[in-house]
Amino acid sequence: MRSFAFHRPNTLYEMSALLGGVIDSVPLAGGMTLLPTIKQRLAAPAALVDLSKIPQMFGIAVTDGVLTIGAMTRHVDVAESAEIRSKVPLLASLAAGIGDPAVRNRGTIGGSVANNDPSADYPAAVLALDATIVTDRREIAADAFFKGLFATALEPEEIITAVRFPVPSAGGYAKFKSPASRYALVGVCVAQKAGKIRVAVTGAGPGVFRIGAMEAALESSFTPDAIAVIKVSSENLSSDIHADAEYRAHLVTVMAKKAVMAALQTL
Amino acid sequence: MSNVIGIGAAPRRKEDFRFLTGRGNYVADVKRADMTFGVFIRSPHGHAVIRGIDKAPALALPGVQAVLTGDDVAADGLGSLPCGWGIHGADGLPMKEPPFPMLAQGKVRFVGDMIAFVVADTLEQARAAAEAVVIDYAVLPAVVGVLEAVRPGAPQLFDDVPNNLCCDWELGDKAAVATAFKRAAHVARLSLVNNRLIGNPMEPRAAIAEYNGGTGHYTLWTTSQFPHVVRFLMSALVLKIPEQKMRVVAPDVGGGFGVKQFHYGEEAVITWAARQVGRPVKWVADRSEGFVSDRHGRDHVTEAELALDQNGKFLALKVVTFANMGGYLSTFGPNIPTNLYGPLLSGVYMTPAIYCNVKVVFTNTVPVDAYRGAGRPEATFVVERLVDVAAAEMGIDRVELRRRNIIPKESYPYQTPVLVEYDSGDPMGCLEDALASANVAGFAGRKAKSERDGKFRGLGFSTYVEACGLAPSRFAGRLGARGGLYESATVRVHPTGQVTVLIGTHNHGQGHETTFAQIVSEKLGVAFENVDIVFGDTDRVQFGMGTYGSRSLVVGGAALAKASDKVVVKGKKIAAHLLEAGEQDIQFKAGVFSVAGTDRIKTFQEIAGAAYVPHDYPLEVLEPGLEEQAYYDPVNFTYPGGCHIAEVEVDPETGTVTLEKYTAVDDVGTVINPMIVEGQLHGGIVQGIGQALYENAVYDDISGQLLSGSFMDYTMPRADHLPNMTIKTHSTLCTHTPMGVKGCGEVGTIGSPAAVINAVVDALSHLGVQHVDMPATPNRIWRVIQNAAMPRAAE
Repeated sequence: MRSFAFHRPNTLYEMSALLGGVIDSVPLAGGMTLLPTIKQRLAAPAALVDLSKIPQMFGIAVTDGVLTIGAMTRHVDVAESAEIRSKVPLLASLAAGIGDPAVRNRGTIGGSVANNDPSADYPAAVLALDATIVTDRREIAADAFFKGLFATALEPEEIITAVRFPVPSAGGYAKFKSPASRYALVGVCVAQKAGKIRVAVTGAGPGVFRIGAMEAALESSFTPDAIAVIKVSSENLSSDIHADAEYRAHLVTVMAKKAVMAALQTL
Repeated sequence: MSNVIGIGAAPRRKEDFRFLTGRGNYVADVKRADMTFGVFIRSPHGHAVIRGIDKAPALALPGVQAVLTGDDVAADGLGSLPCGWGIHGADGLPMKEPPFPMLAQGKVRFVGDMIAFVVADTLEQARAAAEAVVIDYAVLPAVVGVLEAVRPGAPQLFDDVPNNLCCDWELGDKAAVATAFKRAAHVARLSLVNNRLIGNPMEPRAAIAEYNGGTGHYTLWTTSQFPHVVRFLMSALVLKIPEQKMRVVAPDVGGGFGVKQFHYGEEAVITWAARQVGRPVKWVADRSEGFVSDRHGRDHVTEAELALDQNGKFLALKVVTFANMGGYLSTFGPNIPTNLYGPLLSGVYMTPAIYCNVKVVFTNTVPVDAYRGAGRPEATFVVERLVDVAAAEMGIDRVELRRRNIIPKESYPYQTPVLVEYDSGDPMGCLEDALASANVAGFAGRKAKSERDGKFRGLGFSTYVEACGLAPSRFAGRLGARGGLYESATVRVHPTGQVTVLIGTHNHGQGHETTFAQIVSEKLGVAFENVDIVFGDTDRVQFGMGTYGSRSLVVGGAALAKASDKVVVKGKKIAAHLLEAGEQDIQFKAGVFSVAGTDRIKTFQEIAGAAYVPHDYPLEVLEPGLEEQAYYDPVNFTYPGGCHIAEVEVDPETGTVTLEKYTAVDDVGTVINPMIVEGQLHGGIVQGIGQALYENAVYDDISGQLLSGSFMDYTMPRADHLPNMTIKTHSTLCTHTPMGVKGCGEVGTIGSPAAVINAVVDALSHLGVQHVDMPATPNRIWRVIQNAAMPRAAE
């Protein structure tokens, strides 16, 4: 690890000034990806801008059928929030299943969404729940946000301040964990709102994606059987030492069925 | 004496207080005045020629003290890393033994191979300087698999090792096996892979060295399982410095599993560098470095055939194995897949003829050496899988087939056709006990319940034996050992009667400080808390061979028992004088010397006092003092073993294997501390389960990159992977060790992989599945189920 400057702004204004003004500065949320990268000398930023003291970036609130989670909210706080557990239980259980306790105590929803790791859990929920990404300069719809492997619609120095989730009428998340890393080999989030269904998949490919065929089938019949025969093509899916693309394609259907089963429990 | 805690008791471990309260002293904790920090530059390529190294940019950076390379090693005339075993091929010729330089000379042969050592005032400076060294590589094609490495046209690691073949080794009676196969009613055949493993002890390797220019003495603190052997190999063969001027200290060490029982190049480089820079030099590996430099384990490709008569009696076994040595010969490397493998192929069975051929092969991978079990898990896996295949093919129940071939208790001692003679054992007794303990009778009901849940349930057996207590030196010498394999102990009784033991084994998690204290407490009748065990420092302890091969209690404990007995013999002479009796009339029991048939006594403490305050003492026949030393070289290996039964459930939808029950009944001989034995079995079994279901070191077969180079990709078994285990002992006593002990460090790892995979195959047997390679990952099992479900092509 090389030495770097450390800044801890108290306002969004200060944060923007630092990120825009200090050359080679990077924002630090939970640091669950950034810090190991720096330690392994794969990254050597000149300055870290710590977001943990900016009050606007915290908080969990439900107003008018919309759940707003501040970007710096830790996974553990989402997992344990009584509000989220009652209104959007799939998000609480998703957060409770991220990494291990050390990760959940440090990692943040904003950091995870901005990083867009192809195996991260949150992107599947953001996409399935048709969430809105709120940044320090605009709002971005989930469908326009994720751009594939570690890529998003965020511009340089643009920072997520919150994520807004419309409260679904039903929803579930099921993941098959990599036995080594415990990241999602395949994770599927299914959400139902106003008769519309969204199905989003993480882990299987280079980025989170939706499955239109499953959404249509579930709109006709919101049951696991409705999608049991719907297979995704393995063509663009990931293949590695833990899971080949065909196996991942198979797991998408298996996990989608489990997600629907979980969703049915929330009805 | 009231505080005697002897053989068979289960006191809490003495050493745990310091470990659990953060007061251990590990190598990384050692700090020396004015010390510097070193970083190794390792090859990023699997196979490459080094065309040039430019140190200048690094030397120009602040704080840099030295950049040492293979050229510097050559210029100083230093030796290469020695191999402790010289085996011979079937042609009678010695194995090919290319040099293993401590820093690469001209060529790198695996990702992680050491090229240079950078020393600076701080660790950050050393890391920055290491990045500044410019190395010009000409990258060569790499070969990582054993079958690929011996093919014509494969990349050649060494100019003088054709086809990368180190040795073509054999054991057994080839002709007798061929004859037996001709009259076989059935031949069961199996091809299998024994997956490569990475030991990953909790504490990464580390070393710190200093040189005293005034006396010419070196001190090396290192994470080693055998500091004396490191001192001997390094001083005599690598650095060529006087052995008496070299001190090696292995303080608290956080796990070894074999990974720390080799003399590593890092140790020699750091010791040499300490003299070069004139200041102490410290290096602590990080985990990523450990993955590409700690010696790996296993990595076999095997074809095995078992010939049986019409009743299922084993007639002969034939095994051909390709064993991966990696890029160089590590300290015990060639011994593991040969001498520690072939002789175990007899298992617990009366197989009259066995032939084993092992092709020992170099590849562009981390050198492979001993890892917990070392050769014996590989042999057990071959035998126990093959027995199940034979049973399935012949339509004989797996347990029944074992019963027909197991060596009966009354047939011990039993001479196998592959060198070794089992002194004692009761494998049938272990089997019967395990069948009852695992409630095998209730399996059908549990299987039916799984089926109702859409799951496949399977039961797997492994009845096995291992050779432990390494090793009888004479025997080992005949097989190619270049060193002895005895052990030493000194029992130093202080004037107070309290005791310090100096022992040549090394405790790195096994509980020796407790087990050995129990032996002394029992033998001398002194209080358990009055016995301290000292190890791991060549300046304090007489030469010892260290800890590996389940040898510490078997060989070291035997030396300790012998030394304790010598203390009693001398104590009796002192007591005879003080009690004015004949020596032959002195009895010793529970810490008290007495004259037989009288009430005249002297306590052990009084005798110790008299030995050191010899006012009234038989000086004319005895020296003062009470300290005895013993060396012990075993007459045979010990043969612990037992029966393991695994019960698994397979989810056919995802391919996930869940271990539902695990039962182990082991014969480890006399049990000194049952709690520690249970702990050793737990740990060993989990490592075997890890191999069977989770762990796999995977190389990219084109670049030679290690793809499983972190815990993100190398699956260590975790607590939530495991059921509660039923652990029992069913002991027969070893006939040749002083206390009847057999050792328990490796049994769990040796018996378990076969039990688990046999259970997985059993769960899938209704699909026609006969074998599953390790690790049985969800993807692999799903694939096996898919392939089995596919309609077979017309034959």
